Amino acid sequence: MTSESKPYSGEQPDGAPLPAGGPNPPRSPDPKAGAAPVGESLARDAWRRLSQNRAAMASLGLLIAIIVVCIVGPWLLPWGLAEVDWNAFGTGPTLEGAHYLGTDANGRDLLTRVLYGGRVSLSVALVASFVSLVIGVLYGAISGYLGGRVDNYMMRFVDIMYSLPFMFLVILLMVVFGRNIFLIYAAIGAVEWLDMARIVRGQTLALKRREFIEAAHALGVRDTKIVTRHLIPNAIGPVIIYVTLTVPKVILLESFLSFLGLGVQEPLTSWGVLISEGVDMMESAPWMLLVPSFFLAATLFCLNFLGDGLRDALDPRTR
Amino acid sequence: MSSLLEIDKLSVTFRLPTGPVTAVKDVSFTIAEGETLALVGESGSGKSVTSTAAMRLLPELAETTGAIRFNGEDLLEVTPKRMRRVRGNDISMIFQEPMTSLNPLHRIGRQIGEVLVKHKQLTGNANRQRVLELLNQVGIPEPERRIDSYPYELSGGQRQRVMIAMALACEPKLLIADEPTTALDVTVQAQILELLKSLQAEYGMAILFITHDLSIVRHFADHVAVMRYGEVVESGRTLEVFDNPRHDYTRMLLDAIPRGRKEPAPADAPVLMSGRDIKVRFPLKKRLFGKSEYFEAVRGIDLSIRRGETLGIVGESGSGKSTLGRALLRLLKSEGDIRFEEADISGLDKSGMRPLRSRLQVVFQDPFGSLSPRMTVGDIISEGLKVHHPEMNRRQREAEVIAALEEVALDPAMRNRYPHEFSGGQRQRIAIARALILKPELLLLDEPTSALDRSVQVRVIDLLRDLQKKHGLTYLFISHDLSVVRALSDDVMVMKEGRVIEHGSVEAIFSNPREPYTQALLKAAFLESEAAA
Repeated sequence: MTSESKPYSGEQPDGAPLPAGGPNPPRSPDPKAGAAPVGESLARDAWRRLSQNRAAMASLGLLIAIIVVCIVGPWLLPWGLAEVDWNAFGTGPTLEGAHYLGTDANGRDLLTRVLYGGRVSLSVALVASFVSLVIGVLYGAISGYLGGRVDNYMMRFVDIMYSLPFMFLVILLMVVFGRNIFLIYAAIGAVEWLDMARIVRGQTLALKRREFIEAAHALGVRDTKIVTRHLIPNAIGPVIIYVTLTVPKVILLESFLSFLGLGVQEPLTSWGVLISEGVDMMESAPWMLLVPSFFLAATLFCLNFLGDGLRDALDPRTR
Repeated sequence: MSSLLEIDKLSVTFRLPTGPVTAVKDVSFTIAEGETLALVGESGSGKSVTSTAAMRLLPELAETTGAIRFNGEDLLEVTPKRMRRVRGNDISMIFQEPMTSLNPLHRIGRQIGEVLVKHKQLTGNANRQRVLELLNQVGIPEPERRIDSYPYELSGGQRQRVMIAMALACEPKLLIADEPTTALDVTVQAQILELLKSLQAEYGMAILFITHDLSIVRHFADHVAVMRYGEVVESGRTLEVFDNPRHDYTRMLLDAIPRGRKEPAPADAPVLMSGRDIKVRFPLKKRLFGKSEYFEAVRGIDLSIRRGETLGIVGESGSGKSTLGRALLRLLKSEGDIRFEEADISGLDKSGMRPLRSRLQVVFQDPFGSLSPRMTVGDIISEGLKVHHPEMNRRQREAEVIAALEEVALDPAMRNRYPHEFSGGQRQRIAIARALILKPELLLLDEPTSALDRSVQVRVIDLLRDLQKKHGLTYLFISHDLSVVRALSDDVMVMKEGRVIEHGSVEAIFSNPREPYTQALLKAAFLESEAAA
């Protein structure tokens, strides 16, 4: 065999080009392959690929900007969270009195409130998604990997958790611990990991029959290492997609709780609460709906692009 | 005879985001009515792309130039509507994978009948009658009952027969058969080829037969076209090409048959592993009360392997040979005694087995499934070192990985790449390196060459033979491919339905098989290795 169409250089004797079976187009030679840096870890490799994805990098930048503005912004603005401007009730965006994005019906500065609300919404989203990610992935992977009776019991527990009414759970927590913003985190986190556990379990069941898992058994690799080194990295694609879907769900769930009087309370606010207030004032003061909606939409947009980018970046097959 | 299908300077280019890739370059050949042309080549040679182009089934990013004339009509020019009339009616196709090419949710009678409704407007009872007739023709037993079966109720060979019935329903003039027997056992393979041949005579249709297996071609095709890298390198009458190959590549393909024998192990070598009355069963139905139902995959097998020896385990799919191999390495639960160097290992649990794992290693069949896609080759190979030699530091492990890669004739600089960047043969070498780095004594080879092209196969076999000699390895070699087994083994065990039906030295089994089943296997396989004799 000659080496004219070898996809990758080297002295290997099996110079067969990669299979182009059926209608799948054959892979093209990778011009960069020869220059791949030495000793790359998956994480560094993934970062390199992510940084080549413009949409993902722009999203990441915007997301960081939103977070920074939400944290720093309220200190820089002249108005406080509950401070009422007696000269401006329900005015639109104006430079007068430094209400850059207008005020609400009670004369409170909208930009200030949106940024405070962003702190609540983003932190709920972050904590709840992270909790659901960690618990869900570990629980699902362990359940699927161990299989048999353990799997059966673990998944029945998930079913029981599913069947508990969410409101009931929240009210119960309120009764026991009193009203507290951390309870929202706990309540949402306690519910959101269930879906994740099911998704990861399904992935694991499919993966654990693969030969590379069997090869790891034959090498004598410990179960914990098989789960963390082989199963979870290979199940990461659907997990990331699901996380990016969880974040908006969590933000909306929080606003629903707040709407019912179980979440954040006045004067503290969140994006969800601001939007629901804005809907009531849609005709007379459209900015009250548009401003928080824009922040929420921009965040979710960024998360979606970033999620897609991460999924591709973590898969070595997409170069 | 006039030409039925004429492919004239066909080129197919895929417009990929990474740049255009030409899969087929200037391919020309013709098939006359009632004739068989075999398109031969290894994976990636463009043979399937060529036939898919003839059916106009390529994805949209493929750009096709040239002409495909069927009865004088250029199929690349006709409207999609006309093309739909041609497909199934004038040209039909059967695929490699009978397990996935039937819709699992419909009864087979309906799937075959659908073609007749579409092209012949045949409905109701007439449709059913014709389907029954077809099932009868393709040799499905009890067609009246089978017509209402779902695909999962049929064996692989039967499914392929159903596919053939579907393809023949409208009495096409041309049948495109894309590796129709590759996924089947050898004995079934012979039957299907026989069936295609007789149906061809009956219907007078032409066959475009795509395969990587030259021995089938010799028995089956009138003409042959050999493809490599998207080009036809040689074509002509089958016998002429086979007797007098002009192109180096054809010669290489014809030559790529595992040859030679293994040198026997010394007669006084100690027994390394033995098993007594090994049984493996899988639960089918679990019941809370009463008796659970089991499927017995391995039904009581005795064996022993001496150090430096190779025991070949032969059998068709479902014979329990892979299950036996996994049971011996304690990757599956089993009953019976398994001894490794006199020590009984059948009672050991996971942590008890761990110290032994480095001495008992395994190479699997599927080089695409046996390497984790998210680890670099270096990480994959060194994983065993982390388990068995935790005292090694990073640099020492790296040195071991380099040595292991060199041993399997791969460039050590490639250790930072991911598995998907390698071809099948290279991946199998990586899998071998992963096993060898632990310096095992017994290596379980579970069909290590059957997913590979013939020419790659031969080199992997040579490598395995060299490694065995160099390190004094003991092989447990599982395969359905008798010519490979003959080239590598000292002893052979023939398995069927979980039992050993014949056991003896390679010479005894191959020259003088006693059991009718072994004889049938050899006969079917000799279709392949005749050229080796």
